Amino acid sequence: MLWINFKRILKSGFFSFWRNGFVSLSSVFVMVVALLVLGSIIFTSALLNTTLASLQDKVDVNVYFLSSASEPDVLALKQKIEVLAEVKAVEYESRDQVLAEFTERHSNDSTTLQALEELGDNPFGAVLNIKAKEPSQYESVSRFLESDSVLLSDGQNIIEKVNYNQNKVVIEKLSSIITSSQRIGLIVTIVLIFIAVLITFNTIRLAIYIAREEISVMRLVGASPMYIRGPFIVGGILYGVIAGIITLVLFYPLTAWLGKETANFFVNINIFDYYIHNFGYIFMVVLASGVAMGAISSFLAVRRYLK
Amino acid sequence: MIYFDNVSKTYADNSVALEGVTFSIEPKEFISIVGHSGAGKSTLLKMLLAEEQPSEGSVFYESKNIHKLKKNEMNEFRRSIGVVFQDFRLLPNKTVYENIAFAMEAAGKPDDEIEGDVPHVLDLVDLGHKIWAFPHELSGGEKQRVAIARAIVNQPDIIIADEPTGNLDPINTYDIVQILKKINDLGTTVLLTTHNKGVIDSLGKRVITMVDGKIVRDDKEGRYIL
Repeated sequence: MLWINFKRILKSGFFSFWRNGFVSLSSVFVMVVALLVLGSIIFTSALLNTTLASLQDKVDVNVYFLSSASEPDVLALKQKIEVLAEVKAVEYESRDQVLAEFTERHSNDSTTLQALEELGDNPFGAVLNIKAKEPSQYESVSRFLESDSVLLSDGQNIIEKVNYNQNKVVIEKLSSIITSSQRIGLIVTIVLIFIAVLITFNTIRLAIYIAREEISVMRLVGASPMYIRGPFIVGGILYGVIAGIITLVLFYPLTAWLGKETANFFVNINIFDYYIHNFGYIFMVVLASGVAMGAISSFLAVRRYLK
Repeated sequence: MIYFDNVSKTYADNSVALEGVTFSIEPKEFISIVGHSGAGKSTLLKMLLAEEQPSEGSVFYESKNIHKLKKNEMNEFRRSIGVVFQDFRLLPNKTVYENIAFAMEAAGKPDDEIEGDVPHVLDLVDLGHKIWAFPHELSGGEKQRVAIARAIVNQPDIIIADEPTGNLDPINTYDIVQILKKINDLGTTVLLTTHNKGVIDSLGKRVITMVDGKIVRDDKEGRYIL
């Protein structure tokens, strides 16, 4: 009995989807728009997150040591810094590396190179590049570097300077940009999803409004509410599946075209590669949202006429 | 089998649709209700289909108060009543076959029974050749015959026909009345409302006359007197 009803509901849902061709088509079309918005949110947040992450990655605090500081002392301090909770990574550059880098950078500048040669000795101290987990944590890292705990056991200071104070404004600005852009992103996402759901719901409600007479006839014939509702829910799910597939197909040329632009514009992310790599995830999200929106909208819309 | 016990209906705007209506319908009766528009005929039928609640009094079907039925009892009750409307009310996106099959599917009938009964009942209303047509491809008389076929396919105890000939020409009107008579002869109770004097006078069956929400006449072998 249950199986027969299920079969009949399924069949009836497919038939009415096909026979109400125009209504179905426009519902699917509106749903495609809603799902495109949803998909764009996924891509935009991927872009935003990668951009923010790579910006964040460019920020660091550099500790310059006196040229007299010995390598074991610097490495001992490196270990002390690495155990801090806020610190993500510490990179060590020895005096020779700093010198090589400097020579490399000024390879066209013979006067500077000559002056360096005349010194005879390597004038540079070693450098530690410190990366914090969050931009807001540089403050406390720099406080640690100013405290007494970085002094050698005999109380001698080997640090020449820490460039946090020079970069402070930039780092703070960046950290506030990151927080607020994440917050704005979240609000925009919620608003867009709300709009997409609302549009879909109203379209399906209109489609079912057209069938309200039919619903009353079905009731008079003695059909149970679930038997009346079933085909409409099947129809809603069909809208979702078809709209989802159309959306996923549309994203292919769309991301392929935008991929080049984003690869040039943003830091190391190609939206097309992102789509291909995360296809399974995007497929699931788009299709599941379509099916859920279709089914729930139909369920709620029919309920009005079943009272 | 059906008993209206002192039923009154007053709408929210204080207009009175029914006032102290008491009558009963016996099995296998053919009963006509006549009256001008607004006399309360439609309200009376809505009471019987439990689409409206009475303000006072109750309506009984086989000793059950139909306004106190539970939801699944209500679906079952509706399946024991066949309804035919003036505006046919067929499902526009279903073929003739599917329209009739739907009533059987809703009643949970198995597929083989549906496949056997639908052509049979369509032959009864003389529409066997239009079985795969859609409602918009049919004439008014044909639509009404489909509606009657749908109403009788579940072998209901009673057929309610609410001005079934209101939109039809005289020849189709005659056909529909003949079909209803045939159904009645086969043992189904028929409750008919109509404006058509000719139909009532040719039937020679029980007639209830309503004026302003009240029953003013109830004649065996009655005529259209207003």
